[in-house]
Amino acid sequence: MKPVNQKAWWLILPVVLCVAFSAVLPLMTVVNYSVQDIISPERRVFVGTEWFAAVLRDPDLHAALLRQVIYSVCVLLVEVPLGIALALSMPAKGWRSSLVLVTVAMSLLIPWNVVGTIWQIFGRTDIGLLGATLVKMGVDYNYAGHAGDAWATVLLMDVWHWTPLVALLCFAGLRAIPDAYYQAARIDGASKLAVFRFIQLPKLRDVLMIAVLLRFMDSFMIYTEPFVLTGGGPGNATTFLSQYLTQKAVGQFDLGPAAAFSLIYFLLILLLCFVLYQWMQRVGHEQGQDPMPDGANG
Amino acid sequence: MAERRFHARTIFLVAYLLFAIIPVYWMINMSLRTNQEIVSAFSFFPRAVTLEHYRTIFTDESWYSGYINSLIYVALNTVISLFVALPAAYAFSRYRFIGDKHVFFWLLTNRMTPPAVFLLPFFQLYSTLGLMDTHIAVAMAHLVFNVPLAVWILEGFMSGIPREIDETAYIDGYTFPRFFGTVFLPLIKSGVGVAAFFCFMFSWVELLMARTLTSVNAKPIVAVMTRTVSASGMDWGVLAAAGVVTLVPGAIVIWFVRHYIAKGFAMGRV
Amino acid sequence: MPHVHPSCSLTDVARIDLDLAHSYAANPQRDTDYALRPMKMSFEDGGAYALLGPSGCGKTTMLNIISGLLAPSQGTVRFNGVEVTLRSPQDRNIAQVFQFPVVYDTMTVAENLAFPLRNRGVASARIAARVGQIAELLDLNPQLDRRAAGLSADAKQRISLGRGLVREDVSAVLFDEPLTVIDPQLKWQLRRKLKQIHAELKLTLIYVTHDQVEALTFADQIVVMMQGRAVQTGSASELYERPAHPFVGYFIGSPGMNFLPARAEAMSDAWTIAEQRVTVDEAMRSASGSEQQFTLGVRPEYVAIAQPHAAGAICAQVTQVQDIGTYLLLSARVGEGEHSAIVRARLHAESTTPAIGEQVWLSVVNAQSCVYVDDRLTERVEAAAR
Repeated sequence: MKPVNQKAWWLILPVVLCVAFSAVLPLMTVVNYSVQDIISPERRVFVGTEWFAAVLRDPDLHAALLRQVIYSVCVLLVEVPLGIALALSMPAKGWRSSLVLVTVAMSLLIPWNVVGTIWQIFGRTDIGLLGATLVKMGVDYNYAGHAGDAWATVLLMDVWHWTPLVALLCFAGLRAIPDAYYQAARIDGASKLAVFRFIQLPKLRDVLMIAVLLRFMDSFMIYTEPFVLTGGGPGNATTFLSQYLTQKAVGQFDLGPAAAFSLIYFLLILLLCFVLYQWMQRVGHEQGQDPMPDGANG
Repeated sequence: MAERRFHARTIFLVAYLLFAIIPVYWMINMSLRTNQEIVSAFSFFPRAVTLEHYRTIFTDESWYSGYINSLIYVALNTVISLFVALPAAYAFSRYRFIGDKHVFFWLLTNRMTPPAVFLLPFFQLYSTLGLMDTHIAVAMAHLVFNVPLAVWILEGFMSGIPREIDETAYIDGYTFPRFFGTVFLPLIKSGVGVAAFFCFMFSWVELLMARTLTSVNAKPIVAVMTRTVSASGMDWGVLAAAGVVTLVPGAIVIWFVRHYIAKGFAMGRV
Repeated sequence: MPHVHPSCSLTDVARIDLDLAHSYAANPQRDTDYALRPMKMSFEDGGAYALLGPSGCGKTTMLNIISGLLAPSQGTVRFNGVEVTLRSPQDRNIAQVFQFPVVYDTMTVAENLAFPLRNRGVASARIAARVGQIAELLDLNPQLDRRAAGLSADAKQRISLGRGLVREDVSAVLFDEPLTVIDPQLKWQLRRKLKQIHAELKLTLIYVTHDQVEALTFADQIVVMMQGRAVQTGSASELYERPAHPFVGYFIGSPGMNFLPARAEAMSDAWTIAEQRVTVDEAMRSASGSEQQFTLGVRPEYVAIAQPHAAGAICAQVTQVQDIGTYLLLSARVGEGEHSAIVRARLHAESTTPAIGEQVWLSVVNAQSCVYVDDRLTERVEAAAR
């Protein structure tokens, strides 16, 4: 058991100060705004929970929320299996391993607006490879005009951009499995499917939990890439929550409702992450997962 | 143990690698063609290779200063993040104290907060402090999501080092700073590498806060590029070239930490 | 790898013959290119063998070649005369237990034990009976329905072992340092269990370890390995009394053998050991034969305090006396400076010893001493000892 030591607070003080400065002060500002009607910088009226109620009743918000949920679910459904499959195919050793690793990780290091720009160009039917190819094949493709095409392109872009995160985490998790497991499985006559089901998947659960949580969080907060690619359009077909919030706060300068929305947004993610985390823990325990899966403990 | 050349896995891997590379290739393709060629002819390879866009970037101050600005605040942020995260991660890993679980969870919630939430408050805060349009402002703003991530990753690695090593060092007479610097850090250097990689990555790519908090002096490359997009006559070639150049620091970083990524994760609780 | 149909029965006995070499280089030229140097070795059916040696000596490589996880770059492996060199592990009727306990976390103990049989399509009733038998043998019955994940390391190793034994066609069990992660107080229990299994099931057991105590207590025959070759194969007492190579003398025993440089002169009744002239009786003198330079090896157990200038004794300066409890360990330095050597003697717990820094005479040439020429034990000594 770890020893108790209150002096440890000195060690975490820098972190607390940094994050508090960066987060708590602004958050307090947000809370402050969310309960006031700011008609002008001098005239502020306390309105209590009125903004919260208004925001929660806003049909545009409901629409954006629905779009966001569908988006995040689609993202998870595609990226998690794809990432696992990719991790299983990546070579473990040698020069090939380094080359594949760098190629796969590349998309993670591209600034998000460049990602949006690349796909914006890529999807154009006049100068983009994807757009032009689809048109040549006879598909009526136009991501700026058709909502369905916009959705498909945005999703494809996200998959292209973020699957490597899942893949990298799983790849590392797979490397942590000692060779002895695979050797024993060979001697036991296990099939490849059995190896995946009984050795690899259980050992990946920890890493997958992090991957799923991170991807869910980040996809729920996504802003830059869809904004650059479609601008939220056509219409507001691809306007997700972050963009909706930014429109309200920056575009309309309606600080009160925007602040209320911010808080709701944050609490929503918190709640969903918490639920997701608990669910994954329970599933892990039902499968009899060893809480400390490292080789030395056996 | 035989090599299976046409196994499903290899085909799948090659297919994915193509999928990963083709959009990037397309951008490189565009960066090497003149704007006229881009808009008029559609071809897989440049008809006439030109380096004029790259020349623009490296000579036009508004372009290359963007890169330098980005590099500055990303470096600042990575250094600060690691500097404060290391002792904190050590505390979380080695000790129990009042509020430890709550503080750790609170840190993680900052990672989960949409940056859009902080937009206006940050704008006001840094204006008040007179730090608008400075590198340090962006570096500090990015601490919100990088510090929790760094603490999360580092704590995992540190927990993998047995406490006996600490105790032996204290018995041998090491002071805490000396122990941390000469004994502990080398043991977790792959963890530090991984944490540094993620801090670099998330800060380099972030757009919203970086654009909001800067205007001229500290304008990062990500913002310079959006300016081009909103202009009417699209300078596709320069934009593509700028995109290609933004890939370079990232590629260099991955190349240097490639061993750490694969090996390093495995050792930590991550 | 071509799949060889296991039509030849390997179920009854398992005499294993190795005639191979293994190298990771494409064209091995020198000895150092080989992980296993060209060698021939046989393991008799039903024997308990230990492959003993320091890290990197090739013992795990040899084990993996026997089990089929690795194919030798040259040569053959035969089970009962049938060549199995390219057969996969599951076709060889062997079982292997690894350093880290390998269990399938998501399955119960019973399901773990049943796994190899299920993969081979054995009927359910037979599986249940067999699992029961093996669980009984390994004291796993109380835990049969518990998930394998939460058990102790030693229980998990028993499960690993059980998965190997549950197959009725298994004729050899291979162990790769299986006690590494087991708590010290449980190690001896597991060792005893292994001996019990050996006696009951009469399987060939091959045990890789770097711990001589494990090897000496477990095996009937020990193969000492160094740098890719088997230096000596023999029983514990053979290795102890007549190490064929200085390495065996050094590695076995705690502490290992003492080695001193020696020279014999023709027509003289003395050897020069570590620059000291030592009278040696005739029986021993004939042991060195006509060799001029050789190495004298003698175990600390056989070094005794002698009278000054006695035959076969050298003069040394005491550097340390340790009370180990059941005996005293005396360390003394022979010679000066660069060419000095430490000689250790195991003395009776009650003996009186000179103080540190004082001189002491130690008898090093006696019937148990070994003469090594070019790293090989000379045959004459064996003749002389008889």
